[in-house]
Amino acid sequence: MSTAGPAAAAVPAGAANPAGGPRAGRDVYRDLLVELMAADDRLVCLDSDTGLFSGVDFGSAGDRYVNLGIAEQNLMGVAAGLARSGRIPMVNTMATFASTRALEAVKVDIAFNDLPVRIVATHGGLAAGHLGPTHHALEDLAIMRTLPNMTVVAPADGDACARLFRQSLELPGPVYLRLGRAATPDLAATLATAGVPDAPPVRLGRVQPLRTGGDVVLAACGPYPVLAALGAADELARRGIGATVLNVHTVRPLDVETLDAAVLATGRPVVVTVEEHWPSGGLGSAVAEALAERRPTRVLRVAVPDGFVAVAGDQRYLLERAGVTAAAVVDRAVAALR
Amino acid sequence: MPPREPLAVAEPAELPELPEPADRVEPADRAMLPEPADRAALPESGDRPASVEAEVAEVAEAAVDLAAVAVRVRELIVGMCASADGGHLGGSMSLVEILVTLYHEVLRVDPTRPQAPDRDVLLLSKGHGAIALYAVLATRGYFPVEWLDGYAAPGGPFLAHPNRAVPGVEMPTGSLGHGLALGVGHALAARLDGSDRRCVVVLGDGELQEGSVWEAAMAAGSLGLDRLTAVIDRNGLQLGDGTEDVITLEPLADRWRAFGWEVREVDGHDRGALRAALTEPGTGRPVAVIARTVKGRGLPYVEGQVRSHFARLGETQRGRALRAVRRGIR
Repeated sequence: MSTAGPAAAAVPAGAANPAGGPRAGRDVYRDLLVELMAADDRLVCLDSDTGLFSGVDFGSAGDRYVNLGIAEQNLMGVAAGLARSGRIPMVNTMATFASTRALEAVKVDIAFNDLPVRIVATHGGLAAGHLGPTHHALEDLAIMRTLPNMTVVAPADGDACARLFRQSLELPGPVYLRLGRAATPDLAATLATAGVPDAPPVRLGRVQPLRTGGDVVLAACGPYPVLAALGAADELARRGIGATVLNVHTVRPLDVETLDAAVLATGRPVVVTVEEHWPSGGLGSAVAEALAERRPTRVLRVAVPDGFVAVAGDQRYLLERAGVTAAAVVDRAVAALR
Repeated sequence: MPPREPLAVAEPAELPELPEPADRVEPADRAMLPEPADRAALPESGDRPASVEAEVAEVAEAAVDLAAVAVRVRELIVGMCASADGGHLGGSMSLVEILVTLYHEVLRVDPTRPQAPDRDVLLLSKGHGAIALYAVLATRGYFPVEWLDGYAAPGGPFLAHPNRAVPGVEMPTGSLGHGLALGVGHALAARLDGSDRRCVVVLGDGELQEGSVWEAAMAAGSLGLDRLTAVIDRNGLQLGDGTEDVITLEPLADRWRAFGWEVREVDGHDRGALRAALTEPGTGRPVAVIARTVKGRGLPYVEGQVRSHFARLGETQRGRALRAVRRGIR
C-alpha cells in the first residue's frame, strides 16, 4: 500500500517522449491515471507486481494504490468487491493473465455484476516478444468479447490510449483495455508522413476512419495492425486501388453501422481485417459475424497463424514472421478484388 | 466516503454512446419477483425499547425466538429440498445457526434498506448453501417467507446459488473460491471510506481446497483488514467424502494463523458461542471463525453423512424431515 517510491520525472500525460519518439501506451496510461486519481477519490489502482508503478508518487492518493502481489484471481475479486462498494478500480496485469488465468473471476465477479472495473492489460498480442508464448496474449480479444457487459478496447497508439482510457471511465460497466509493452509509432505522425488528412478524434465505441478509398475496406485494431493496414493502403493506391482504412479500436460493442456503411460505399462486399491475435474469435471473427447477418460479405483475415510463437524476437520481428504485414494485407485485398 | 462528484475528465462531456450489442439479453431482474405487498408493514428499524429492562426483556425474548427461527429456517430448507429441483440439504442445515446468529444478532443490517451505505455485508462464498441464506433472509424480513414457495420456479429469481435479484443477496456466488477476494475488496473499500462497516464471508471447508481462497487470505492478512471476518462451516464433509479423506485441511487453525489471521474456534451450532466469536473485538487482524458443524444437522438419520449433500425430497421424506426438525435439535 501507499506510494511505490520516489517521484518519477513528471511528464504530462500524452506528451511526447522526452527522448523524441512516441511514448508507450502503458506509460501514457500510467501518468494519466496518477493525474486522474488525484482529482477523483473513486479511483483505486490495484497492481499485481507489474512494475509499471515503480517510482510513481501518488501523492494524496497514495492509500488508493494497492499492490496485491502475484495473484490474479484475487486481484479480480478484490476489484469486484471494491466496485460493488462504489469505487472504480483499475486492475493492472498482463493481457494473458487477465484473460486466461483470472477469467472465471472476470466473468463471475466483474462481468456478471456489471461492475465498473477497468482491466488494464499490458503485453497484448505479441508485445511480450521474447518472453514467449506463456506471456503472449493472442486469445484475449476473443475471450473478453464473449462476456456480457464487457467493453473491449485496443488503442492503436499512445495518444489513443489516453483518450480511450479517459472516455472509458464514464462507462457504468466493465472495460478491458488492451495495451502493449514498448512504444509504437504515433498514428497522426504516420498519417502526416503519408500525406493523408488528419483523422477524426478517436471516440470510444465508434470506428475511426483513417483514410477513404473507393475499392476495398481494411479494418484493423491495435498499433501494428493499423500501421499494416495504412501501409497496405499506400501500396494499393500505387496500384490504382483505393482502400478505406478503419481503426476498429472498440472490438465490443462493435460499431457495425460504420463498418457496414464503409463496405456499402465501396460497392464491393469485401473486408480485409488485420489483428495481432489468433484467427479465431478476434476482430476478424467479430466483423464477419456482424456483416454476415446483414448481407453476404467476404471477410479475409490477416492474423497470427493458429499456433504458438515460440521463437525469440521482439514484437515487430514476431509480427513480420507471423505474416501480420502490409504485404499480406495487400495480397489479400488484391486476391479478393481479382 | 465523500459525496460522489462527476469525474474530472475533460472529454467527453457526456457518457460515451456505445452501440448496443445486438444479442444483449436483459438479466432476470426484480420484475420477476412477486410484489412485496407487505413490505410496508415491516417493523421500523428505528423502534427500540427505551429502558434497560425492556432491552433485557427483548434480548431474552429474542433468544427464545431465535431457537424457533432456527427451526423455521430448517423447515424452509426442507421445503425447498422438496422442490422439483431438490436442494443442497446437508451443507445448508450445517449453516443454520451461523446465518441466524449473523443476521439476527450480529450484522448491522436493515431489511427495509438493503442497500444502506454503511450496512455490514455478508457474502456466502459457499454458494450452494443458498437455500439456507434465502430462508434466513426471509425470516429476517427481507421478503415474505411465502416467496420461497416459488423456489426454483421457472422464470423466478430463486436459483440454487445466491442470486442478486433476491433482496438481501449482496453478490452472486456458487463457483467456489470467489467470496473471500470479494470480501477483501469490500473491507478495503470500507477502510478507504473510513467506515467501521464489516464484511463477513462464509466459506465451506471443502471450498478451502480452492487456491484462490488462500490468495485472498494472504492479501487480507498482509493488509491487516480487521473488519473482515471469515466464517468456515467446518462440517468435515465435501460432496464425495470427508475433507481429510480427499485433501487434508488440518491443521486448519494453524494455516489461517500462518496467513496472518486471528482464529476463533467454536461449536457452530451454539448461537451463544457464535455470537461471542463474531462480536468480540479483534486485534488488528482479520478474524477466521472456524465453526465446527454437522452436515445435515437437524435430520438425525443423515447427520454427518455424505449422502446429505443434495436431496430431492419426496412427499414422505418431506414429512419425515419436517417432523425431525420440529422435534428440535437434541
